[in-house]
Amino acid sequence: MENLEGLAAEAAAKISAATDAQALDQVRVEYLGKKGHITALLKGLGSLSAEERPAAGAEINRVKEALSDQISESKQRLDQAAVDARLEAEKIDVTLSGRGQHAGGLHPVTRTIERISAFFGGIGFDVVEGPEIEDDYHNFEALNIPAHHPARAMHDTFYVDESTVLRTHTSPVQVRVMETSEPPMKLICPGRVYRCDSDLTHTPMFHQVEGLLISEDASFADLKGMLESFLRSFFEKELSVRFRPSYFPFTEPSAEVDIQCVMCGGEGCRVCSHTGWIEILGCGMVHPSVFAASNIDTERFTGFAFGLGVERLAMLRYGVNDLRLFFENDLRFLAQFK
Amino acid sequence: MKFSEQWLREWVSPAVDTEQLAARLTMAGLEVDAIDPVAGVFSGVVVAEIVATEPHPDAEKLQVCRVNNGAEEVQIVCGAANARPGIKIPLATLGAVLPGDFKIKKAKLRGVESFGMLCAEQELGLAEKSDGLMELPADAPLGEDIRRYLKLDDTVIELGLTPNRADCLSVRGIAREAAVLSGLAFEDAAIAPYSPAIGEELPIRVMAADDCPRYVGRIIRNVDVSKPSPLWLQEKLRRCGLRSIDAVVDVTNFILLELGQPMHAFDLDKIQGGIVVRQAVSGESLALLDGQTIELREDSLLIADEKQPLALAGITGGELSSVTDASQHLFLEAAFFAPDKIAGRARSYGLHTDSSHRFERGVDYELPQRAIERATALIIEICGGEAGPVSCVEAQMPAREPIMLREKRIKKLLGMAIASDEVESILRGLGMAVSAVDEGWSVIAPSWRFDISIEVDLLEELARVYGYNRLPVTPIHDSLTIQAAPESRRGMPQLRQQLVARGYQEAITYSFIDPAMHQAMAEGEEGVELLNPISADMSIMRTSLLPGLIKTAMHNAKRQQARIRLFESGLRFVKSDTGLKQVPTLAALLTGRREPESWSESGYLVDFYDLKADLESLLSVSAGTISFTAAKYAALHPGQTADIYCDGKRIGRIGALHPSLQAKWDFVNPVYLFELDQQPLLERKVPVFAELSRYPEVRRDLALIVDRQLAADEVLQVVRKSAGEYLNDLKLFDIYQGKGIDPERKSLALGLTFRHSSRTLNEEEVSQSVDAVVQTLKEAFGASLRN
Repeated sequence: MENLEGLAAEAAAKISAATDAQALDQVRVEYLGKKGHITALLKGLGSLSAEERPAAGAEINRVKEALSDQISESKQRLDQAAVDARLEAEKIDVTLSGRGQHAGGLHPVTRTIERISAFFGGIGFDVVEGPEIEDDYHNFEALNIPAHHPARAMHDTFYVDESTVLRTHTSPVQVRVMETSEPPMKLICPGRVYRCDSDLTHTPMFHQVEGLLISEDASFADLKGMLESFLRSFFEKELSVRFRPSYFPFTEPSAEVDIQCVMCGGEGCRVCSHTGWIEILGCGMVHPSVFAASNIDTERFTGFAFGLGVERLAMLRYGVNDLRLFFENDLRFLAQFK
Repeated sequence: MKFSEQWLREWVSPAVDTEQLAARLTMAGLEVDAIDPVAGVFSGVVVAEIVATEPHPDAEKLQVCRVNNGAEEVQIVCGAANARPGIKIPLATLGAVLPGDFKIKKAKLRGVESFGMLCAEQELGLAEKSDGLMELPADAPLGEDIRRYLKLDDTVIELGLTPNRADCLSVRGIAREAAVLSGLAFEDAAIAPYSPAIGEELPIRVMAADDCPRYVGRIIRNVDVSKPSPLWLQEKLRRCGLRSIDAVVDVTNFILLELGQPMHAFDLDKIQGGIVVRQAVSGESLALLDGQTIELREDSLLIADEKQPLALAGITGGELSSVTDASQHLFLEAAFFAPDKIAGRARSYGLHTDSSHRFERGVDYELPQRAIERATALIIEICGGEAGPVSCVEAQMPAREPIMLREKRIKKLLGMAIASDEVESILRGLGMAVSAVDEGWSVIAPSWRFDISIEVDLLEELARVYGYNRLPVTPIHDSLTIQAAPESRRGMPQLRQQLVARGYQEAITYSFIDPAMHQAMAEGEEGVELLNPISADMSIMRTSLLPGLIKTAMHNAKRQQARIRLFESGLRFVKSDTGLKQVPTLAALLTGRREPESWSESGYLVDFYDLKADLESLLSVSAGTISFTAAKYAALHPGQTADIYCDGKRIGRIGALHPSLQAKWDFVNPVYLFELDQQPLLERKVPVFAELSRYPEVRRDLALIVDRQLAADEVLQVVRKSAGEYLNDLKLFDIYQGKGIDPERKSLALGLTFRHSSRTLNEEEVSQSVDAVVQTLKEAFGASLRN
């Protein structure tokens, strides 16, 4: 049986020397296979006496199991090494950029309108759009601006023909809603408006969001509360807001609303002309003549309206210093608003 | 409206500084646009007199002046042409500091010593430009500090008035506001009537009494118009932005600024017969003071004499009857013209004057008599003369009906009650007649307010004077009624976001475009033209969003942006038989590389199918059935263009820009465009669950040879119809043209997947379906199976 120990040592050395699964399997076949050396020893047990046989058999089986364990251990090690090698070969530069489209972006005006709409939509306002080529009646008459009213000089109007204009504000959309539905109502009208004016601080087309709320108990105090909340939410700042008397033919009392300058915090800078305040919107209680034009009972209902200049809000929000950039559509500008 | 703070303070002087005064006005609705000092910052300038002059020995343009500064005579070298003995002028003494921190020191000018500087208005910051030394009145006290003498410690306050507040287009009106805002009493100017020295009156006939309910006039004889206006008058006008013309014009302008009454003075000798206030007759014309002659329209109100028009009432005077240096006798006019009758007239002639500005908005109709008395006194004081009695022709003045102001309405609209005594004191302070009645007050507006006729006008006055910022603020509160949002609708925000995620940048372009661009892209659709465009290349309303996107792409292509992906949403405007259509539209443009340049991309350019995939991603959940049909447009590539249909209705188009336009507009790479109505995009399918089959699917692939021109979609439609109810999915997975195939034909590889919801399909069923498909395609298109 010295032969057994020699075989075991020889096999163990070959197992250790195997560098891949194939070589290892050859070792297994050579010793443990059907014609293997260890198998041959087991087959040779028959030539021993019955007394010797159990001890010798046990001894051979012990060696066989040990070798089998060694082979399986070695196999695991070799498999792992193969996986490791493959993973190493598949290593990539994870810092390279991904493949495919980059996201585009919304125009800052749309982005601003969507933020405004989100605020007012959240408190139950409908978003309504309407025609941009508008008749004189809806743009002016129904809003208490008759033909020779001096307030018409405040609107540099584009004309298509004598009684047809490019809307100078989005209020005509509100008129159309008042004509066709019953109060109470809450709506905002975002959209393009047009004034015949073009210089450093005016573009012939710009955007407004005008709002209207009609109910049985709307008051100036509600208007103040709503606009203060809106402005603080829009600028995400607890800024000071003040209301100044003004004049619009379609509201009374009318107000201009100033906010504490968002650029200098009210200290005074170029943007606020060193006043610390920035004029941000116009508003007021709906004028009875406007209600009358749409057959709304002025005793039962009260309402308020407001108008926001979208570009102005966007300029203040994002620090844009030139109005005209909004309509040049230079991708280097637009891409900043992703 | 510009006014001098000092002038205001002569009327009413609140105990606050300029800034606070301005803030008070602004917060009451009289917005202060600017506050400017009336003179530059300077010191050490006194009244002096030139005693003698002699030419400078070495300089032709200089004079050596001996100047009395009140204490002594000093020598000053001066270059002004009007420097001459006997005139009084401002002298900057040694040590004086002029605007711009310019210090006056002893100097030698071309060898002659000079002990100070004689000043022009410009050098003291009194005028933008001046010509020669400032000449002071003969009675100016020698040695007096010029700032004190001219009362230069004053500011000019400029108001940006809203059109409803014509009553504040005068110092008197602003003073009334300042008084009520400061809790001070307002005292109107005391104007003593002039006792006529002559009895002469000019006949006045008012033939348009509705337009001119009050016409007041008077004759002043023997005036000397050549006399200059006194300094105080010139200074007041200057500070309010008006130039001194002559004494008569200056006085009428003074009245305009002080009281708000526009006045006019005629040369009496040029008036034939008398004054006739009437409408113009067609064919008449009038030569204006500025030299132009206008053809009068019949809707214009005139001041005429018996023979011809003299002035456009309430707007401007005529050349013929104007007062000149040579005029000896005047006819002075102060009238009230009804605002609604005069509104728009000036503008219709391209005119806008201080007078028309006020009359259109409303001038106090009780003012003409007072104004004419005040003007008479001033003219006679300056120019001498004797005046006749005031003639007055009157008709019906504007109604001032009592307005009911209800206490409960104050609370309802303003959100708070205001104490009765405060209500009354505010309204009375504004000149209203107020009497307490049941549930509130009965209020009558004063003659100078044309913006007060209903209750809410009074509410605004109360709120304004009380202070908007003292009124309460109510937090947002509302009943929680939630608007149902139908799942079958989606909004543009969602669609925009989808395009953004696919790499598109939104643009917003002008709705008015270049007619040439319109012409190129409109495909015969008629656009709306503007009567008054801002410029020729922005004169037609877009019938398509594509020109705007193309122009934007051109702009960016010129700035080295070769890869452009744009979209825009908005209205397009199309004239049609049924009227103007304003169609909400979505458009996109694609050009350049398929993917952003990077280590991993191949540099492939986009093609039709890239854009179509993006469009299809938007349309994939549309409620309608979408299809594409080859189409032709002049501006698009004839072989790469399709019309888009939704349920058989054409909703838009997609295609490549025509290569000739691509070249014309300098695009290096092909440009792909789509444009379609928003409506079908906004209506979406609501999902309906279909049972999942537990049984296996069977796929069969077919390679079919068909005519090369045959549209694949036609084949697919036929397959869907003929494959039977178990066809679960259909794919066109390859198209082959070339070797091994007739050049006039192509091979389409179709993958048909069959599945039954409740059992396994047997071989025979599938084969039957496939055979039916092959047979139908053969009949319909002559299709054959590829070997």
